[in-house]
Amino acid sequence: MSVPEVAESFTGEVSRVTLGATKDSGGTRTSTVTVGGARNMVYGGSRQDTGEKPVIAMDVLDSEPQDWPQVLAEPYKDVLDKPGEWAKKCVDELGADLICLKFEGIHPDKANKDASHAVKVTEEVLKAVGVPLVLWGCGNDEKDNQVMPKVSEAAKGENCLIGTVTEDNYKALTAIALADGHNLITEAPLDINIAKQVNILASDMGFPLKRIVTFQATGALGYGIEYAYSIQERQRLAALGGDKMMTMPVICDVGYESWRAKEAQLADAPGWGAVQDRGPMWEAATAICLLQAGVDIIRMRHPRAVATVKNFINQIWSSQ
Amino acid sequence: MILIAERINGMFTNVKEAIAQKDKKVIQELAKKQTEAGAAYLDVNVGTAAADQEAAMQWLVETIQETCSTPLSLDSQKPNVIAAGLKVINAENGLILNSAPLNRKNDEEILDKYMEMANQAGPKANIITLTMDKNGVPQDIDTRVAIAAEIVQKAMEKGFDTQRLFIDPIVLPVKVPNAQVQPSSMLAAMDQIRYLADPPPHMTIGLSNLSQGATERCLINRVFLAMAVSHGLDSAIVDVLEEKLINALATAEMLMNKQIYSDSFLKVYKTAGKA
Repeated sequence: MSVPEVAESFTGEVSRVTLGATKDSGGTRTSTVTVGGARNMVYGGSRQDTGEKPVIAMDVLDSEPQDWPQVLAEPYKDVLDKPGEWAKKCVDELGADLICLKFEGIHPDKANKDASHAVKVTEEVLKAVGVPLVLWGCGNDEKDNQVMPKVSEAAKGENCLIGTVTEDNYKALTAIALADGHNLITEAPLDINIAKQVNILASDMGFPLKRIVTFQATGALGYGIEYAYSIQERQRLAALGGDKMMTMPVICDVGYESWRAKEAQLADAPGWGAVQDRGPMWEAATAICLLQAGVDIIRMRHPRAVATVKNFINQIWSSQ
Repeated sequence: MILIAERINGMFTNVKEAIAQKDKKVIQELAKKQTEAGAAYLDVNVGTAAADQEAAMQWLVETIQETCSTPLSLDSQKPNVIAAGLKVINAENGLILNSAPLNRKNDEEILDKYMEMANQAGPKANIITLTMDKNGVPQDIDTRVAIAAEIVQKAMEKGFDTQRLFIDPIVLPVKVPNAQVQPSSMLAAMDQIRYLADPPPHMTIGLSNLSQGATERCLINRVFLAMAVSHGLDSAIVDVLEEKLINALATAEMLMNKQIYSDSFLKVYKTAGKA
């Protein structure tokens, strides 16, 4: 008697998005990255169903971070105030597939830097590395609307991934990303209904669904990861079920969220083990957990966590 | 919901005239409008008036395919008319043979013939099968389910993927003496039919028949469609141009958690793809 086929099959698939433009396509990137394409749940179905390998976007901040714990800052101590060199280190030494340039320093409550600073940093990083860029605002609507259009323009033609747009603030950045030929990140606060709505709103402005990557917000291990996990899983199922407004690949912010956890930061906690191991482990565990729910781009920070997660991805996605 | 659009049917006067006068524009316009309204398949029925039904079917299929790539549902009770349509159809996008009963008094092998025709047309050819046999349309729940079970069993025996079956438990007009019990029997039958295979066979209905001759036809149709969705209906032959019907359907599917809610859920339903 033959063994019955029990694998679930689906009609839909996660859409593929290619980031970065090489010289041939009018950009200056030396490589591109394609994400998405899964036709099943992670571990489900056949080898052909797995789609593209998930990738890691390593965070580079536009301004020297003030609040990073020592364990996280240490590996970057020579480059924290030099975004170009920082990015180069991530790509050349640490194996970053993408660089996520996070404009922390433009936030009015932080360094409150202006658009010319942001443009300068963007140009510096574009010059320093050949991988595609993710350009991520500070989260303050007003300031992002002032600065991010300029950033977008500075990277015009590079086919970056730019964000984020939300249900309440999407028009300015969607329009400029469309004009400058970038891909767009739509953000929702761990709310699948709003996630769908933001995609619809961007699409209504004429932004192609095939150039959108969604960000559902991320919860770290111990800090709401179960919500993030179930939303990612639900989005993947909706994509596989053919819901065209939910077929986008997914980005998640593991680095920032993991290093907020007290378990990752607290030095004086003898019962928890060595502090230099805890943070990287926390970050890696969060990433690997979300990978199993179905995410495509992971923002990460610590070199050891990146190495662990890359190793995991290579084992799982190459051996399937 | 896999919507099969019903308007290209010789029973409608404009289509009948278009067939008689070979007026392509009417047909192509209907194909376009129904596709835009969210049809997954366009039903093609030559009606009874055409002198040469085979030729009329071929003309319709060719006319539609000139301007539209939406898959077709070839609708006839006569296998030779469907076979004529199959000769000219582009089967790549999929198609439906609509429809065959389990068997007929004068043709015990009718379903086998349809399965054979579908297999020849390729792996994306589906069949609508009616829960009806040589004794006619069943009036009760159990016989409907029993016939559906025989259909599924036949498909399995012949290696015909049950995902290619659309089982139609047959909607009868509610305004017929003693027929008012039928809608609820159908729903009860559907509750059982969906467990006949895993994954379940598709279930479809020719919705408009329900309100034949009644007043408030649209209201009757859309309320029943919403009820049927809650019993596992995943396809229907309907007037996709009827906006209130599609809105009711979108709402029913959303309430059954088949579509993720968003504030624009009505607006995106047509483009959101099938559940």
